[in-house]
Amino acid sequence: MTAASLAEWSNLAVYSSMLVLIAALIAFAVSFAARGQRVMSPELVSVGAGAPAPGSAPEQSAEPLAPGRRAGNIAMALTWLATGLLLVGLVLRGVWAGRVPWGNMYEFSLAWTLGILAVFLVVSTRRDIRWLGLPVVFLALLSLGLAVTVLYTEAAQLVPALKSWWLVIHVASAIICGGAFTVAAAISVLYLWRDRAERKGKVTGIVASLPDASRLDTLSYRILAFAFPLWTFAVISGAIWAENAWGRYWGWDPKETWAFITWVIYAGYLHARSTAGWRGRRAAYISLIGFVSFLINYFGVNIFVNSLHSYAGL
Amino acid sequence: MTTTTDLLSTEPAAPPPLGGVGFARWCWRQLTSMRVALILLFLLAIAAIPGSVLPQRGTDPIRVSDWIEGNPTWGPILDRLGFFDVYAAPWFAAVYLLLFVSVIGCVLPRTRLHWRALRSAPPAAPRRLDRMPEHRTWDSTASADVILDRAYDDLKARRWRVARGDGWVSAEKGYWRETGNLLFHAALIALLIAVGYGALFGWRGNVIVREGSGFSDTLTQYDAWGGGRLVDPASLPPFAFTLDDFRVEFERGDAQRGAPRLFEADLTLWPAPGDPAEPVVVRVNEPLSVDGAKVFLVGHGYAPVLRLTDALGRVVHDEGVVFLPQDGNLTSTGVLKAPDATPSIGIEGLFLPTAAVDDVRGPHSTFPEADDPAVFLSAWAGDLGLDSGVPQSVYALDTEGMTQLGIEALRPGDSWALPGGNGTVEFVGLTRWASFQIAHDPGKEPALISAMVALAGLMMSLFIQRRRVWVRASASASGATVVSVAGLARSDEADLAPEVDAVVVALNEGSGKA
Ligand code: HEM
Repeated sequence: MTAASLAEWSNLAVYSSMLVLIAALIAFAVSFAARGQRVMSPELVSVGAGAPAPGSAPEQSAEPLAPGRRAGNIAMALTWLATGLLLVGLVLRGVWAGRVPWGNMYEFSLAWTLGILAVFLVVSTRRDIRWLGLPVVFLALLSLGLAVTVLYTEAAQLVPALKSWWLVIHVASAIICGGAFTVAAAISVLYLWRDRAERKGKVTGIVASLPDASRLDTLSYRILAFAFPLWTFAVISGAIWAENAWGRYWGWDPKETWAFITWVIYAGYLHARSTAGWRGRRAAYISLIGFVSFLINYFGVNIFVNSLHSYAGL
Repeated sequence: MTTTTDLLSTEPAAPPPLGGVGFARWCWRQLTSMRVALILLFLLAIAAIPGSVLPQRGTDPIRVSDWIEGNPTWGPILDRLGFFDVYAAPWFAAVYLLLFVSVIGCVLPRTRLHWRALRSAPPAAPRRLDRMPEHRTWDSTASADVILDRAYDDLKARRWRVARGDGWVSAEKGYWRETGNLLFHAALIALLIAVGYGALFGWRGNVIVREGSGFSDTLTQYDAWGGGRLVDPASLPPFAFTLDDFRVEFERGDAQRGAPRLFEADLTLWPAPGDPAEPVVVRVNEPLSVDGAKVFLVGHGYAPVLRLTDALGRVVHDEGVVFLPQDGNLTSTGVLKAPDATPSIGIEGLFLPTAAVDDVRGPHSTFPEADDPAVFLSAWAGDLGLDSGVPQSVYALDTEGMTQLGIEALRPGDSWALPGGNGTVEFVGLTRWASFQIAHDPGKEPALISAMVALAGLMMSLFIQRRRVWVRASASASGATVVSVAGLARSDEADLAPEVDAVVVALNEGSGKA
């Protein structure tokens, strides 16, 4: 395959992924709306008399497939497909460029979207999070749309400062964290919405298709508890790389500074959750602030600030 | 029934029964310090922001002075308040030092509590297990003692910490969670100390070396040098090197045209005086380590060789002149000062690796490689001002007190007879220069180790679940044994059902009951 056709195939895969995501978005919307009309049965933990059968999963009830459920299944399948296509697009891009496919902002955006979808899908294998599909797919589409319109760059090789194994490790972990922060932020928004409804005592309509606020809270915590050490690792590996490339492991370059700020905010989030009066709503706000800080680090610093890390290639 | 005091409690949800006053003090300490820690964390995040928005002296002193000049009201005020050197500002230091005092104040008592908890048995089982979030109750034909023995053995075998009392078994696991958390916070303190140690004992310098010339590691050879307070500048490691060849390649394709693709410097290194010379290659991301210092390749540019013959016919200058790049296509400026010429000559130059001239931008370079090089020279005669005692930049010519002789564009091989019989300048050819950053940071290994320990502690603290399970068994009126198993998550997020189920399975296995 020639280089040009590799590039075309990569773009084709990305565009197909977007089309499939649009279909998934519609299916998720149908499923979400339909769920809202169903009476939610809260997933009670079995409190049994007699020796209970261990491992009985309370989630899979033998309920007939409601229309919402079928649309949800279709949406999940489409999301898997779109994620696979995006992965293909990214890999082809890397093959074309002969390096890891995160050398500029276009590629980084593709990778970030892949991160968002991957985190969503991995969580979805463990619990039913179809209610989260709509915002997640929406965000993925938004970021892909930005990537192909505003950020698109022809593939080129890396400037020498970016040629390092640490780049691969550092950026890979940052990308996964980006996905996790995004998904957690989406859940935090849903939490705040649901929590408000619960406190008003009016859990009706579409809010009713969301799980309980406390479960939303726990889920976003679990995702962030996974992402925070990974982000710590990303910062450490970045420092190792910086030491190798520039002769200092930390220089308060804007990118480093915002990585630090993001880290401190999420540390604050973890503290807030074990501080009386700060759990719940305030913790959710902190998670959103952390996400904003991540976005500033990613978009703001790359585009607006003169940084050693400005590899936007715009 | 024995009651064991539960000494380890970091979660407000499980307060330790230390008595009224003790409890109140514990509460106060816990709440205030956690809250203060939280607030300080946010202050730290906020305090770090201005340094990413405003230019900083440490990285970009020229943009700082430009900024201050451009904002005559705010510039000096912000400067006073340390906003152009945020990460060395007293208020920034105050935030992180307070935070670390708070960490120490937090970690020490928690370490003591944890140490005690590690050496005491889990507390007795609560009386009513059915009040616990996760519990099972059933009737068994086995006797209570058999059930409790079985529970004890099973939990022990699965490495729980187990206590047995009258009619109950109590077990706890996940102590490493707290250990990891303490380790994490302690490692952060160690990290700060390592960074501070590196700042006191480390140093860093920059030097530009032309192809064919050399450098030896003494203070006077550096273009810029800075060291910590406790560094003795006289005792730098005594290595030396020459730059034999510098290779650079640029992107010629359309995408990112002109972006650098390869930098490589061939050096001949003498690790110490009298040592045999060894050839080494330094690349970006591949620094040279020598005698505790690291030599990084950080920049490059052109050094056009200019031969200056003065009015008396003496060759007063015949080597490369370092020109500093001004843009990505390496449009570069440089200065040649010849105080010994008769008369004293100063030349300002503009070097273009791939020369182009247009009406808007004037002479400029269109590609960083020397495809079509040219220098534009402006020659001056008169007092160079070198004897005035005021330090001068070697890259700028102070033309006050000088008269301009003329301007000329030269290609390699061209020579220019300076007007008025003031001599000749010949553009002999091209060499390159590379700039190196040479750094010694004794704090970086301790910093890395602290960071790794912090990461390990953090993962223990977040991924290990702290749980308790209890088993109670007693004979009921009907003669059967009533068995209850319950669990409690001591860390927020434990998934308890599987733990309780596992105990239930273990208890049922022996009795042949499903
Ligand atoms: C440099 C400042 C600090 C940073 C970056 C930091 C970071 C963290 C992080 C990331 C966690 C999460 C680990 C976990 O949930 O187990 C944590 C937990 C914790 N931190 Fe800090 N911390 C700092 C200062 C402090 C201070 C001053 C205190 C004392 C009040 C403190 C007390 C705690 C406690 C008690 C926990 C455990 C919370 C729990 O069990 O969920 N930390 N800290």
